[in-house]
This record gives sequence, C-alpha cells and structure tokens, in this order.
Amino acid sequence: MNILSRLTPFALVLAATPALAEMPKGISHFTLDNGLEAVVIEDHRAPVVVQMLWYRIGSADEQPGKSGIAHYLEHLMFKGTDKLAAGELSKTVTANGGMDNAFTSYDFTTYFQRIASDRLPLIMEMESDRMANLRIGEDDWQAERQVVLEERSQRTDSDPGSQFAEERSAVQFYNHPYGRPVIGWRQEMEGLTREDAIAWYDAHYAPNAAVLVVAGDVTADQVRELAQKYYGPVPPKPDAARKPRPQEPVQRSPRRIERVDARVAQPVLIRTVIAPERNPGDQQTAAALTVLADLLAGSAQTSVLARDLVLTGKALYVNAFYDGLSVDPTTFGISLVPVPGVPNDEAEAALDAALTKFLTDGPDPAQLERVKTSIRAARVYAQDSAHGRAYDYGQGLAVGLTVEDVNDWPDILAAVTPEDIRAAAKLVLDSKVSVTGWLLPAPDTTDEAARSASADAAKSGEIE
Amino acid sequence: MIRAVFTLAFAALVSLTAMGQGARAIDIQEITSPGGIKVWLVEDHSIPFTALSLMFRGGASLDAPGKRGQISLMTALLEEGSGDMSSVQYAEAVEGLGAQNRFDVGDDALIVSARMLTENRDQAAGLLRQALTEPRFDPDAVERVRGQLQAVIRSEATDPNAIAAKELARQAWGDHPYATSVNGTAGSVASLTRDDLVAAKDRILARDRVVVAAAGDITGEELGKLIDSVLGGLPETGSAPLPQPASLQLTGGVTVIDWDSPQTVVNFAQPGLPMSDPDYFAAFVADHILGGGGFSSRLMEEIREKRGLTYGVGTGLSNGVYGETWQGGMASANDKVAEAVDLIRQVWDRFVTEGVTEKELADAKTYLTGEYPLRFDGNGKIASILAGMQLIGLPADYVNTRNSKIEAVTAEDVQRVARRLLHSDQIRFVLVGRPDGVEATD
Repeated sequence: MNILSRLTPFALVLAATPALAEMPKGISHFTLDNGLEAVVIEDHRAPVVVQMLWYRIGSADEQPGKSGIAHYLEHLMFKGTDKLAAGELSKTVTANGGMDNAFTSYDFTTYFQRIASDRLPLIMEMESDRMANLRIGEDDWQAERQVVLEERSQRTDSDPGSQFAEERSAVQFYNHPYGRPVIGWRQEMEGLTREDAIAWYDAHYAPNAAVLVVAGDVTADQVRELAQKYYGPVPPKPDAARKPRPQEPVQRSPRRIERVDARVAQPVLIRTVIAPERNPGDQQTAAALTVLADLLAGSAQTSVLARDLVLTGKALYVNAFYDGLSVDPTTFGISLVPVPGVPNDEAEAALDAALTKFLTDGPDPAQLERVKTSIRAARVYAQDSAHGRAYDYGQGLAVGLTVEDVNDWPDILAAVTPEDIRAAAKLVLDSKVSVTGWLLPAPDTTDEAARSASADAAKSGEIE
Repeated sequence: MIRAVFTLAFAALVSLTAMGQGARAIDIQEITSPGGIKVWLVEDHSIPFTALSLMFRGGASLDAPGKRGQISLMTALLEEGSGDMSSVQYAEAVEGLGAQNRFDVGDDALIVSARMLTENRDQAAGLLRQALTEPRFDPDAVERVRGQLQAVIRSEATDPNAIAAKELARQAWGDHPYATSVNGTAGSVASLTRDDLVAAKDRILARDRVVVAAAGDITGEELGKLIDSVLGGLPETGSAPLPQPASLQLTGGVTVIDWDSPQTVVNFAQPGLPMSDPDYFAAFVADHILGGGGFSSRLMEEIREKRGLTYGVGTGLSNGVYGETWQGGMASANDKVAEAVDLIRQVWDRFVTEGVTEKELADAKTYLTGEYPLRFDGNGKIASILAGMQLIGLPADYVNTRNSKIEAVTAEDVQRVARRLLHSDQIRFVLVGRPDGVEATD
C-alpha cells in the first residue's frame, strides 16, 4: 500500500463504514466502533464455519535485533489467558470437533479455527479473550522458544532451498525488513524473552489493528451480533496501527549469489526483482504482473517459457511467481531447472533470450485469451472453498486493501490489456537490478548426465 | 507433466478411511449409467461446475515386475498428447475451456480429478475421454516427462523425509510394491520403453477397476451419459490382476541413516489393523489420544508442549487397500532426538498400562464425530471422499453409520486394543540425521 493510506488517521478507521453498493452475493462487511473490521462470506452448503482473525502486524514490523518476535508471539498466543489455561484453547476447539492453527508472515499474523457452525460463539469468545487478556506463564515461554527453534531447524536449516531463499531475500532488500526471515535469524531467536513477547503483544494486538473474517454456514446478522458481543468490548489502542517501515533506496546493481549444498538434487536458477504490490484503488499494474506470470509459466505446455525452454529440451521445469498481496513493494520471480547435460550458463542464456523475445513480441493474443479463460474459470472454482475466499479477503484487508479492492480484483484481471502486459514486462523483465541465484548440488552427488554438464560448464569458465 | 512432489509410500488414502455422520444428511445418489457404470453423486446446483473423481484400483502397485515407475510415467503422460492432438494442442484445448484435470498415482489407485464448467461440460468430458482412451505417448513428450520424473527421483534421494519413509517402507513390505517408491528408480525409469507405457495403460485403465464419484451442477441423468462418454471407450478388463495383500515384515528396533543436518527426521511404525477388524474404531480413537489429535495428543504434550523437543509429532493408522501399519513421525535436534524417541516409547507403554481417562475418551469422540461433516464442504472434496469410500469398499450409507461406531467405543475397548497392538518393542524407528546417543540395533 502507499504512503497515504499507511498514514490514514486513526479517527478515520473508527468512523462507521457505510454499506457498500455492489457487494458480491454472500459477501458483507462492517466495522465495529472499536475499529475491528469484519467480512462475512456466506456459504450454506455444509454446516461448517471458519473464523480467521488477521492482525495487521508481521515480521516486517519488527525492530532490528528482535527478528522472530512476531512469530514467537504467535506461538505464545496459545499459552492461555485469565480464563484459559495454556493449551486449553486448542484443546477446547478439538474437543468440539474443530481444528485451529495460526500463521505469521511479513505483513500479518493470523489465527483461525474451522468448526461446526453452531460453535461459532465458543470460538469467538476464546479468540476475543486472547486479543486482550493473554497470560504467558513463567514455565511456558522457554519451552516454546525451543519449539520455534526446532521449527526453524525443520523448515529452514534442514532445507537448502529455504536457506537459500533466506539469503536471497537478504541480498534483494538493502533496507526494507522484507530482507529478514519471518521466523527470525537463529541467534536473535535464541535471545527473545517473555518481556519481548509481552511488549510486542501490548503494542500491536488490538481490535483496531485486526480484521475478522467469518466464512461458511452463517448469516451476516448472526456474525455482526456475535462480533459485537465478544469483540465489541475490547478497547482499541490509539497507537496500534502499523508504522511505516524503512523503504528501499534506488537499487543500482545487479547481484549474483551462488550456493553449493550436498543436499541439493539438481541445479536451480531463481531470479527476482522488486515489483509493485496491489494498492487501494490502484491494482492495474499488479494485475498485469499477475497475468504476466501466468503467460510466462502458468502452463507446463503452452506458456512462453515452457514453449521456449521446456519443449526445446533446455529446462526440466520453469516457474514465474508473483503475489501482489503485500504492504510494501514485493518481488516478481522466475525459476528454472536445467535439463541434465545443459550447462547452467547455457540454460540461463536461453532464459534471457526467451525473455528478450517476449519483450519484443509481446503476448500472443490466443495465449492471452486462454489465460483469461483460466482466470474466469478459477473464479467459478474458487466459489467451492469458503476457506479459500476467507484467505482472499483476510489477506487483502490485512495488507491495507479495501473490500472493494478485493471484490474488483477478478474484473481488473479480466481487463488487463496486451499493452498493460508489455509495460509490466518492461518493468520486471528488463530490470538491470535483479538478483540471480544459483543453488547447486555438490559435484559428486549428481548423476552422470549432470556430471558431464558440470564438465561442460567448467570448460566454458563457469564455477559450480 | 510430472509435478515436483513425490508420493509418500502408503500414506495416500489414510484420510479416506474414516467417515461418519454429518450434522446434515449428505444425500448420495447411487446411479448406474446407461452403459452399466456405477456412479455416486451429490447434486448441488449452486455453483456452475462439476467435480469428478475417478479412481482406478491398484495404482502403481500394478507395475509389471522390473518395470517400476511404469504406471507413474504413463499417468503423467495422459495429458501430454492424445487422439489427433500433440501435447501442446491438447493443453491449449483444455485451457481454452477453463477445465482442470489432475492425474495422480499412488500405491492404491490412479486418481483423476477433474473440474468442468457447466457451460462447456460436454467438450471438457470429451477431452478427458480422449486423454484416458487415446494417449499418444509421443517420443518427445515421453523423453521430456521422463526427465522430469528422474528429477523427482533425484529429489527424493536428497530429502531426509523421503529417505526415512522409503527405508521404513522397504523394511515393512518385503517384495510387495508397497516396499518401493511408485516413481521407480533412476535405472528402472531410464529403461522404460513406449511399449511399456502402452502396456501400463492396459494394465490399469479399464472399466473393471474404476470407481466414480461426482459432485456439483449436474443431474443423475446427465452424469450417467457423461460417464459413459468418458469411460465407455476403455477396455472391459485390465490386463494385470489386482495386487495381492501385502504381508508386514516389520521388526522392532532402530535404524540410523547418516545425513548431514542439524536435525534428525524420525519415521516410525508398528503393526496396525484392517478396517474390517472389530477393534478398528477402538484403535482409531486410541490413536487420536495417543498421537493423532494434534495439539491435544499425549505425544504432543510430552514432547513439544512440556519439553520443546520438536515442532511437531504425530501418529496415524495408515490403512492402505493392501496392508496397514500404525505409524508416526517427527523431527528433533540431533542432540535431543534420543530423549524424544525414548519419550515415544514411554508414552506408548503408559498408554497400555494406564489406559485412557473418561475425559480423554469423551473429548476424542466429540472431535472425531464433530470433525467428520466438516470434510464435506465443497464439490471437489465430496467427489474425492465418495470415490475413496468406494475404493476401500465402504457402502454409501457408511456416512450415516460411521459416527455411531465411534460413539460406541468404551475406555475398556481402547485399553483392550492398546494391550493387543501397542508394543513399544515392536516399533521400528528410522532416524535420518546425526543423532547423538542413539544406537542402531541392526
């Protein structure tokens, strides 16, 4: 989101939200007096409800030296309140036939439950309770710090691809906290304390910094009544709104990063560049980037890179990735796994050639039409999952979009023109400041074909 | 194409083995198509599309001897050219309709999951028929997808989770196909010929081994015609006999595989029991309390919540069509994994000696019965569950009787099945990492 909306005065957030004109069928939206925004997604096909509470606070809001605190606090949110013992919330949900969990990202921290729809009051009561009354016992915080360290070992340190992603992000962002891992750097995680966690909670957990999404077999009136009853009494905090973060300076240099790890099965190239995100009332560029990623690699047979690299025997896999749901500028990326026997530099040159050709030719009209058809169909299939739609709205509002922005997104995608795509391609594919990473296997762990590939690469001067 | 994921041996169908009563009746129509194919349908016209699930019995376990990976590679090639269309032409046609087809294969079934818009359903069904009945196996597509499958095999070889699962399966299942990866080995896949792929198709894609379910915007009459058009061109019988039951070879003990990582991955298993066993539901409830119930389970409480030794530990009854185990997994730091493994044994033993409390039993039952109807919240999920039920031989009214079988379980039942089955000295632990203070037993 942009600077203006980040600085939206607190008073405006508290103002009553007028009923929106053209809401899609089954979607409604309201804001409580204490600033809690709520979205209801009705789907009466099964007696199920999903409650998601999205706090507009994430790892990118952490102070240097305290990386991992947002995620650590997320874990400690299960350690009880005045009314609930440690672990009791999850046990109560489970004993009522439901499941619950939570996740943390750069921009948000989210708690959710999925349960029979007649149990909505129960989970709202417990979720609203821990919005204001968290108690972290002396016995619990140290064991839980071990748990998040084990989580880091499992997710990151046991996976060379994850370790590499962490280092690529650090190289990508000079100044923005998106350069730090959500889970935290290990040595900083080891120093996090109960006091750090309580300070984070006290500063950031408040109804006026949260978005409630309820999806499933409920009505808007029911949810409004229950939300008022359970969340309504929680007082807002005047300073809970997200503060602006350090932004990226102008980047001037392309960067290359290479890592060899015996646990890697085959070479993979990942290239990323900073790209604009979806902003309120301004999602056209993000829509064009989304369609661009689909055109480049959305189909294993018909996409630009599949056609030019996979069908021609240069690459085993190609991918293009972009997610515009982000508070600050995000990344657009492309990845590629060379066919064994194709030297890495040759595969990368073929990628560059394919991208250059696309920059010159622009999108093929028939392919663009097929991508638009897929997007239109995906909109129908998306109706099949209330949980999935809860993510769309929750994440959108958590990063600062409005409900209208989320409503409008499919139409904006459908309206993307070939000119929009050319402009988007120029922005991200013609960049002189990308980060290109090669994650490489140790030479002796590759199969025979790959060994000959590295021999070829050595001849051409490349270091693996 | 090959998706860059591997199928864990014998994990695929676990989620389908426990069904029960919804708080709201699930209206399953049992239909026989004009051509004689049985289909289950849940009709719902609120969203203009149909989800279709086809499961062909036997899955990759129908690979011919010495041809491991044959059915996996064949499955990945079904969407890579058929009839008069090349791979690219076929993909263009499917994408042009907004249809989505997935072709997956596991130990027990080859699974086709399709989503078709109502507005062009007949055309989408025509393309699916073409993929299943007239795949071309063009040489360029075969080589391309073979390369992708080889990449998956290489990835499995450097993934500690896959290494652990593979070793456990190898020790568990002797010479049954369950013992090896559905994707085969670098060598077996390298030697597969086009003839092997044609043979693979004939071994499995036949009407005598398919089960069918659909959910969504379609009537029974429309569905009957659609299924006849999709499957009518397939042979009546598959050329391979269905797999034999697997006999469990597992012994208790500890296997350590050296892997340079800060953490040790642990997979473990002991004998389980078939769904037809009178104590199956007692074991199902026991497992929930022991390790299946997430944050509520005893293993999670002892190993994660109290001591912070792991991010997650869990167990499950792993019931395949041809064999079953009771298994679990976790990961723990190299210097702590010995304590964590020891705790698993202690929790096992204490479960047998102490049994379960009435509160644990009541909480387990409310979870297991309450969670069940939540699974049926979408056309895609319903079609998949209904096909899975047919695959393992459950009747349609099982959705209405399942919960009463869980309600009937008593604390005595749980303790009886625990005494009978849970033996910590029968657990085989496979550790992949550099565990401190753990001795391999053989």
